[in-house]
Amino acid sequence: MKNKTLFIIILIFTLFCFFIFLKSLNNSNIYIPPKNLDRKLVSFNTTTLFGNKTIGSDDLFIEDKIYLLNLWASWCAPCRYEHKNLMKLSNNKSIKIIGINYRDSLINAKNFINKFGNPYSEILTDKDGTIAINLGAIGVPETYIISKNKKILKKILGPINSEHIKEIENLSIK
Amino acid sequence: MKYLKIVTLIIFYFFLISSNFKISDIDLVNKISKNIRCIICQGQSVYDSESEFANSVKEFIKKKIEEGSTENQIYESLKNQYGEWILYDPEFNKNTIFLWLLPILTFIAGGLIFLKKTKFLKL
Repeated sequence: MKNKTLFIIILIFTLFCFFIFLKSLNNSNIYIPPKNLDRKLVSFNTTTLFGNKTIGSDDLFIEDKIYLLNLWASWCAPCRYEHKNLMKLSNNKSIKIIGINYRDSLINAKNFINKFGNPYSEILTDKDGTIAINLGAIGVPETYIISKNKKILKKILGPINSEHIKEIENLSIK
Repeated sequence: MKYLKIVTLIIFYFFLISSNFKISDIDLVNKISKNIRCIICQGQSVYDSESEFANSVKEFIKKKIEEGSTENQIYESLKNQYGEWILYDPEFNKNTIFLWLLPILTFIAGGLIFLKKTKFLKL
């Protein structure tokens, strides 16, 4: 009788463990970063690409506009594809685009802008990539849609495409 | 020759004390980065990886240590940005309760069976 009870307890325990592991193994191990964020932009200080003057994030997001904080680098191929879309968005007066040049050579970054045009109202530098980590970025290009009160509305992973343009323009109308 | 050694030692000593980045800080950066998952190169820690993301995280950890943040504060700030997935050492919470308790329960159950078999425990 005692052996039977022990056997049942062990069986239940084994089955319990089995289903726990079975459920866990079915869960995806691929990291999916959150896209809709409900948090404020972390304050940071850095220097500008052109002019090399020190600037704080608190001085940038003050107008009643939709801000795009775009992480880019001259060595990043998708950033080239994205750039023409950023140029289109820069024509919209209710949207302000701020660039963060990520782990890049300043000369290459300046050459990139001179060659493809400047859609940014300000370009900041992130030489060691720590601003990107503070933002929760995983690479370039990455864009944060930010409201006037520095609230991050959305994060776009990868290059901005025509669908993103529509979405951003709709947000700027609201 | 003797004087040369002394002068070398003095220079080395001043070099060590003038460097504001202590050896223990480097050890701490390595320790923390070994427990941070490189989320763009799965299967590797930030310490093992040389990707742009991993190097940025290493710089971030260095900066935080220089600013006086503790190890737990650094884990917390990374967790806030990337979620708990970035930590290799999962915290004890409702999602990880079985992960932490299962080995202990198995150990106790195994111990009880052992004691019963060896007649130490009369169930």
